[in-house]
Amino acid sequence: MTAITLQPRAARASRTGAFLRSVPPGVKLAALVVALYVLAAVAPGVLQPHDPFSTDLDSSLLAPSLQHPFGTDQSGRDLFSRVVEGARQSLAIGIGATALSFVIALVLGIAAGLGPRLVDGGVNRFLEVLFAFPTLFLALLFVAVFGQTVTTQIVAVAIGTAPGYARIIRGQFLQVKGSTYVEAARAVGHPYPRIVAQHIFPNAMRPLVVMFTLGVGQAIVWASGLAFLGLGVAPPSPEWGALLDAGRNYTTSAWWLEVMPGLAIVLFALSVTVVGRHIQERLEGKVKVQAL
Amino acid sequence: MAATVLKRLAGAVLVLWATATFTFVVQLFMPGDRATMIINTQAGNLQNPSPEEIATLNERYGFDDSYLTQYLHYLGDLARGDLGVSYNQHQPVTEIIAAQIGPTIVLTVSALILAWVISLIITVLATGRDNVWSRAATGFQIVTAALPPYWIGTILLVLLAVQTGIFPVEGDTSVIGLILPALTLAIPLSGFLGQVTQDEFERVLEQPFVTSSRTRGMGDLGVRLRHVLRHAVLPAVTLSGWALGALFSGAVLIEAVFSRPGIGGILVQATSGRDIPLVTGVMLASAVMYIVANLLVDVAYRYVDPRLRTA
Repeated sequence: MTAITLQPRAARASRTGAFLRSVPPGVKLAALVVALYVLAAVAPGVLQPHDPFSTDLDSSLLAPSLQHPFGTDQSGRDLFSRVVEGARQSLAIGIGATALSFVIALVLGIAAGLGPRLVDGGVNRFLEVLFAFPTLFLALLFVAVFGQTVTTQIVAVAIGTAPGYARIIRGQFLQVKGSTYVEAARAVGHPYPRIVAQHIFPNAMRPLVVMFTLGVGQAIVWASGLAFLGLGVAPPSPEWGALLDAGRNYTTSAWWLEVMPGLAIVLFALSVTVVGRHIQERLEGKVKVQAL
Repeated sequence: MAATVLKRLAGAVLVLWATATFTFVVQLFMPGDRATMIINTQAGNLQNPSPEEIATLNERYGFDDSYLTQYLHYLGDLARGDLGVSYNQHQPVTEIIAAQIGPTIVLTVSALILAWVISLIITVLATGRDNVWSRAATGFQIVTAALPPYWIGTILLVLLAVQTGIFPVEGDTSVIGLILPALTLAIPLSGFLGQVTQDEFERVLEQPFVTSSRTRGMGDLGVRLRHVLRHAVLPAVTLSGWALGALFSGAVLIEAVFSRPGIGGILVQATSGRDIPLVTGVMLASAVMYIVANLLVDVAYRYVDPRLRTA
């Protein structure tokens, strides 16, 4: 009895081992970094050496040291603890913006990819028009029309990034629709709705999981860009973009206030990209570079 | 050839009309009364404007007219090159843009050229060789393509201007002052263009005509420069039109980092002041440049790839 239950377990363990060995060390490191960010968002207290909100004017604007790895701000607050504290809201903004962007892109992309030729042409023209505007400008137009709030910041990033995703999703659906297995299913005489549900949808949607992961990193970069321009919202919690914006006045006198929150954003975006690309390569072979 | 160019031009005009329509329609979704909003932004606080004040503004901007009338006015003005009057600066939008667009164009074009130079050097020297340098180059490209431009800018500013004083810190409009901002924009773009070019370069290196050139006794660098490169740059040429749009986004951020004059400052100010005519004006101006750039890319493509000239 025990032998029977143990055997598959042992087999599974060796499979996990083989999996871990096949992952390059750089990807493992990136995955670890992403895990730390998630930990910071879920339980910031675990990683914070100091209280992110307690001010201490005696130790204001200290350069990075062992005690304050990211230095301190003008009120003497520990910058590293503040960056950790901001992870939750920054990740929420990134995930929210990407999710909304995907909803918009899916509606457009599926309508174009599966709909009649007329709809495809219409959506395509519409996307072409949106592509004439730089991503940031689209986002700024939205902020100008609806005013500066947390919601507009998220929606602005979503609208700025949606056209790119819509084009990729449309391409996915067209590619799967024209594949030989769909042709085979048609030849066998399956009804079209069933082909869509069983073959086209699952296959066209599969790459989107990875695209979403990559998108969150990009969305955080865009949102922090808006905040950097002073067009984000200064929330009570130290969101990364807000920290960047606050640090701008100190670029020449206290560089760490600007560089360190930026480093937090860059490290996250980079790690997510490395992990996402690795998963993509495993699923589909060599990754082709694509404009996002 | 002339027919193709005419067809492209007609397409460009159509896209331009659509972009104008898009910016007009988005404005209609603006919540609240627009005249009240303008008065509040100008006063800097919330107040209850008198009906006369609102009526004056409605009269001036034609907010009372039907949407169709407003739309036709808007298109008519655009056709005459009139982008309207800024709500906050009370100046024609075209004048404001014309006064500030020069430095931005200089910045984006130099960044594009610089990005091409960097990515071509890395591609020609490193692709298809397996050594430390080529791996370092690939790593550099992957990392830089993911870096946000404002952060690269801050790092360069701190390292090369604030700490060492090699470059002017900010607000400098001379050629020296252009180097850091242009480099900042060029680095991530060169990573992106480089990855695309390298993929193609590797593919072309395996083509039979490369082998035949080598058997004719051509040197390695000669083959790479004269035969492979010409094919390998095609995808990146196509992407350069798109890159210009990305460079505009980046330029707005970089101008803020280096306190450079340019379109970025106006756009940010107009966005926070909800100065819709100015925001849409800048967007349309950038759309025009994007469309023109893509027309040029079409022409450049024909120049690089003679096979398309007869088609």
